[in-house]
Amino acid sequence: MFWKTQIPVAIVFVVGMLTLVQWFIPHRPFDQLQVHMTQWFDIIAVFAVILGGLNLLKLQFSKIINRKKDWQYAIVTLVGFAVMFSYGFFRIGVPGEIVMGDHLQAENSHFRWMFFNIFTPLSATMFALLAFFVASASYRAFRIRNTEATLLLVAGMILMLGRVPLGALLTKNLPSFMQLQNIQEWIYLWPNVAGARAIMIGIGLGMVATSLRFILGIEKSFLGGDE
Amino acid sequence: MKRRKGLMRIGLLSAALLLVLSVSAFAQDAEPAEEAPQEVYDAPPAPVTNLIAKDHVYDSGKEIDIEFDRSADDGSGADDVEKYEVYRSESGSEETLVTTIPAMVSGGDRRVIIDDSNGGLENGAEYSYRVLTIDRAGGSSETRLSGTVSPSGEWFDFKKINMLAALVILVFLIKFFIRKAQRGEEIYLRPVAGLQAFDEAVGRATEMGKSVLYVPGIMDLDQVETVAGIIILGYVSKMTARYETDLEVPVSRSLVMSNAREVCKSSYLSEGRPELFKDDMVHYLTDDQFAYAAGVNGIMLRKKPAACFYQGKFYAESLILAETGNSIGAIQIAGTASPAQIPFFITACDYTLIGEEFFAASAYLSQDPKLVGSLKGQDWAKGIIMIAIVVGALVETLNVLGVVTFSLKPLLAVG
Repeated sequence: MFWKTQIPVAIVFVVGMLTLVQWFIPHRPFDQLQVHMTQWFDIIAVFAVILGGLNLLKLQFSKIINRKKDWQYAIVTLVGFAVMFSYGFFRIGVPGEIVMGDHLQAENSHFRWMFFNIFTPLSATMFALLAFFVASASYRAFRIRNTEATLLLVAGMILMLGRVPLGALLTKNLPSFMQLQNIQEWIYLWPNVAGARAIMIGIGLGMVATSLRFILGIEKSFLGGDE
Repeated sequence: MKRRKGLMRIGLLSAALLLVLSVSAFAQDAEPAEEAPQEVYDAPPAPVTNLIAKDHVYDSGKEIDIEFDRSADDGSGADDVEKYEVYRSESGSEETLVTTIPAMVSGGDRRVIIDDSNGGLENGAEYSYRVLTIDRAGGSSETRLSGTVSPSGEWFDFKKINMLAALVILVFLIKFFIRKAQRGEEIYLRPVAGLQAFDEAVGRATEMGKSVLYVPGIMDLDQVETVAGIIILGYVSKMTARYETDLEVPVSRSLVMSNAREVCKSSYLSEGRPELFKDDMVHYLTDDQFAYAAGVNGIMLRKKPAACFYQGKFYAESLILAETGNSIGAIQIAGTASPAQIPFFITACDYTLIGEEFFAASAYLSQDPKLVGSLKGQDWAKGIIMIAIVVGALVETLNVLGVVTFSLKPLLAVG
């Protein structure tokens, strides 16, 4: 209990208060605290990557050994992991005398080639899927089911039409306040911003209150163990 | 005969023309043509005036403010000033060029620059300054600072006093309502559909004999949203332990994996079902955003969970995950404080905890008096903010209309 709850709560309190206080005190050494703490976090996170990597390997090996469903995909994961790890860690295919670390970014290195010609296109493919998902999600959102959905559809149509030349062309003979480009600008700048700011204020207040709950030890469930 | 006379005339004319051209050429050589008159800048430009250097307020003692009035020949007078060069010197060391400012960039007559020396001046050291005014012909004039200036750090940033006051009020309200809740006074929390649906989602997965998928965002533990997501995971894992339903938590950060594992373990233990907990129910996929999205999508399509929870910090992968979850027919509950992702989750999920609802989830689900009280305090703070917004808008509007002479803007300025 002492090691698993009280000590972590004390650490959270001290670090949280220091981080809070440093925002109000510009004098040294407080002005450097945030930088140092961020670096400490990065160092801890880097060591934790080993845990993640080992967990990944363990799970994939266990899938293959136990012939679990779709175990073939685990081979792809393990081969990808092994190849990238070997080429990066053992400096395979690194031209010239390039220091460790820089070799990952070195021109013509095999690691760099694989990163930019295999990994990056695969990531970009996943990102590109978003276009299709946006289309299907928009279709669902714009279906007229109730008053709110109808309002959303109308506002969305005005915004989309008002932002392309066709919108301006369609309404060019109408009075200024009825032209689509002006209506869309009004919707975007006023009702939209008002709603977004209301959400932002709620989020900001929620974040501050949640952080205070952590710092003051009111909320401890994120540490595990019964409160 | 006539032809010969004509030829002679042409010859004579050609010779005369040649003579005229030769004479004029010699004449040019002997007396070069007068060049176009050039502007002459013989007088140096007027120097800058009222040079002041002072310690930059509310810093750690690394900056000095330098101010001066621009030269009388900058934008007026001879109007030939090209630039200003500001030099700093410290006793016993060489002079350093701080910055070069072009003439007439913008603004009024006064130039203000902050010397931070790319990493900070030395706290307490004595510095002297001079400003060189340089004109287009290369002429210059100098203004020296009389005396020296020394940067010093302050122990409190008074520009943030309003933030400190707001924080103190918030802490007071939270503490006040916690005590009230601990005394047993009933505190009303409005029903939040998304939070009420947690039981329904896990119950549905149990009835269908399928698993529950929980995604705690893609960021690390340094984000308050990730921690809030892990707190909610604690409650979801208690439900899965109670109903003996499979739980899968793929994570994108190793630290999150360790923390989430510990939280799940505690939940299974507190529900009296430690034998159901397996380390691998919380597993690491990858740190990369889209590789993680691909991995989670793969899990969804292969295992077809009946309930998907997305609680944490998300970016562009939010819609990819939520749409895939939608396509497999899972009941989906999302919660995030990322404003840009909220519309995507609202569109693709059955329930969405918007912003503050997401942070209120732990208090709502646990009904712990301390947490519920803190939530009430937060609500009161929100009420005060709403009143402040209305009063502020009213006062500023009346100020613009000239009904009142005072403004609240200085009070709201945060450094």
